[in-house]
Amino acid sequence: MQYQSTLRQAQGLATTITTPPIARSLLAIVFAFLVFAIFIAIIGRDPVEVYSKMFEGTLGSRVGLSEVGVRMIPFVLTGLAASIPARVGLINVGGEGQLYIGAWAATGVALYVDLGTIWLMLPAMAVAGFLGGAIWGGTAILLRHWRNVNEVISTLLSNYVAILFVDVFVFGAWKNPTGFGYPYTSNFEFESILPTIADTRLHLGLVLPVVGIIATYLFLSRTRWGANMRAVGGNPDAARRRGIPVLRYIIIAMLVGGGLAGLAGMSEVSGIQHHLRPGISNNLGFMGFLASWMANHNPIALIGACFLIAVIVVGGDVLQFSGNLPSAATLILIGLVLFSVLGFRKLERKIE
Amino acid sequence: MSDIWLVLGGTLTGAVGPGISVLYATYGELITERAGRINLGTEGSMLMGACFGFMATAETGSATVGVFAGMAAGSGLSLILAYLVIYRDTNQLATGFALTLFGAGITAYAGRGYVDSTIGGLNPIAIPLLSEIPKLGEALFQQDILAYIAYGLGPLLFVGLHYTRTGLSLKAVGESISVAYAAGRNPRVIQIAAIAAGGALAGLGGAQLSLGLTHTWSEGMTVGRGFIAVGLVIFAMWSPLRAMVGAFLFGGAIGLQLQLQTVGAPVSPFILDMLPYLIILFVMALWSRASARAMPEGLKGVLRANT
Repeated sequence: MQYQSTLRQAQGLATTITTPPIARSLLAIVFAFLVFAIFIAIIGRDPVEVYSKMFEGTLGSRVGLSEVGVRMIPFVLTGLAASIPARVGLINVGGEGQLYIGAWAATGVALYVDLGTIWLMLPAMAVAGFLGGAIWGGTAILLRHWRNVNEVISTLLSNYVAILFVDVFVFGAWKNPTGFGYPYTSNFEFESILPTIADTRLHLGLVLPVVGIIATYLFLSRTRWGANMRAVGGNPDAARRRGIPVLRYIIIAMLVGGGLAGLAGMSEVSGIQHHLRPGISNNLGFMGFLASWMANHNPIALIGACFLIAVIVVGGDVLQFSGNLPSAATLILIGLVLFSVLGFRKLERKIE
Repeated sequence: MSDIWLVLGGTLTGAVGPGISVLYATYGELITERAGRINLGTEGSMLMGACFGFMATAETGSATVGVFAGMAAGSGLSLILAYLVIYRDTNQLATGFALTLFGAGITAYAGRGYVDSTIGGLNPIAIPLLSEIPKLGEALFQQDILAYIAYGLGPLLFVGLHYTRTGLSLKAVGESISVAYAAGRNPRVIQIAAIAAGGALAGLGGAQLSLGLTHTWSEGMTVGRGFIAVGLVIFAMWSPLRAMVGAFLFGGAIGLQLQLQTVGAPVSPFILDMLPYLIILFVMALWSRASARAMPEGLKGVLRANT
């Protein structure tokens, strides 16, 4: 009985903290866009023109919309890769590296395993991508639990290692012999390519984030394990006293998180690139991390955050292409949005 | 056999140069963390320092102006973190990381026109007599002016932290904000000053990188040096003297990597590029328990690693 009531209390507390106040967030986003408009004006461009081009190029056309969807796939997956570990109090800044390793593992299957049919190849690549990301992320827990190394530092540094790890293969053993010396692997066969939807670049990898969001949401809000995860994240010592196997939750959360980032990598090579090459991700994993914090690790809010970031990123590409603004400016805007969303959040009254 | 000695000798002489920029960033992060705050934006501040230091030097022709511009840019960026974490109580790690991406965006934008240019920047000054010591003299005393300042700054910070009123206030805030407040200190002002000083030193490190080491600017050129500095502070157990050891260890890893490439070691160059990151993770893992005990109380909520 007492367990029940403390659990309810913990859940109540968790809801007040994790429900993102939508009005405040929208206000914060508007504020960030206004600050960025000032920046645009300072560098001598017309903010109205820039924003309307950005809107036309993303939400104003079928191609633009599908591009936003294409970008949202890895954002949501790497966003979940940050959100799920965050529930148990882990900070996974390694989504980028886990994505690279997932892409590498999926490519390995695509190039060197022949299962004959697309119905076996794609699931095999997805499993490989998931395992690759999970193992890569899992090393951070090994270091944390047995050697007391905080996961923030280890996941951050392992991003750089993962990128170089992929380079070892694409510049070396996996380089396409007929690729004119470019560091690309051979192109995937038809069986290893995620089919596209209609005549857009949007591909069936879309299933992954959709299932990921729904499963995570239901798991966190409807199951005892989801509630236990919050307890572990809130106060591990109290959770342990209540008999929750804290370490097991931490390991599983990180493996699932890393695995989802790995799936993002699989979906990028199989759905978009159709081969592995250096620099395959260009900050996708980092964007997911920022989206997760923007959404306060709430899977439903994460959709909105990823949508916003995807609009900014795709819009940035459009602006770069039309010569209105270099694409580096998108990082500035995304940074402003996150600072603003975090800064506008209502302050909790501190009890000391 | 002779190859091994060649590599080791080259590693030693090559360890100091690449270590200096990281040493400054490590000093900066150390000050910030001693005040009980952690700044993952150190990487961003280094980029700001490298970019704006380079631009200012290219425009004015004076490396001194460049160095100060780099410090100002690094410090300015870190003030965003100071405001958000101190007044708006945002998560330090997420804010700091976002700050790094923000800095990466600003510098990629601002430095576009400077990517392919080279400048004189800071040049090595040989110290008479000392620089003639075989190997050691070459390694330590044929460096640029910022290297010599960095040698002195370690002991100076050590004395400053442990024997001055300012240093003691800083440490007191890092241990307990309420106790420091009760003792009549102003924790907010001290933390803001610590974060600003940390950003300035990271910017200085970045400026040393672009002005003294590479003499060029390129997008994202710090490749994780700021994050390595955050790791080194933990390895250094928040001691400026151990920070010097850590930074030269990083420099040594870079030196070793270059030496192995020069003698044509039969390994992929990308594996050698991993060495600095792996070595830092390795030494952190090796000394982690001792450093967990030395951690300022104010960081324990953020940097916990035991479950």
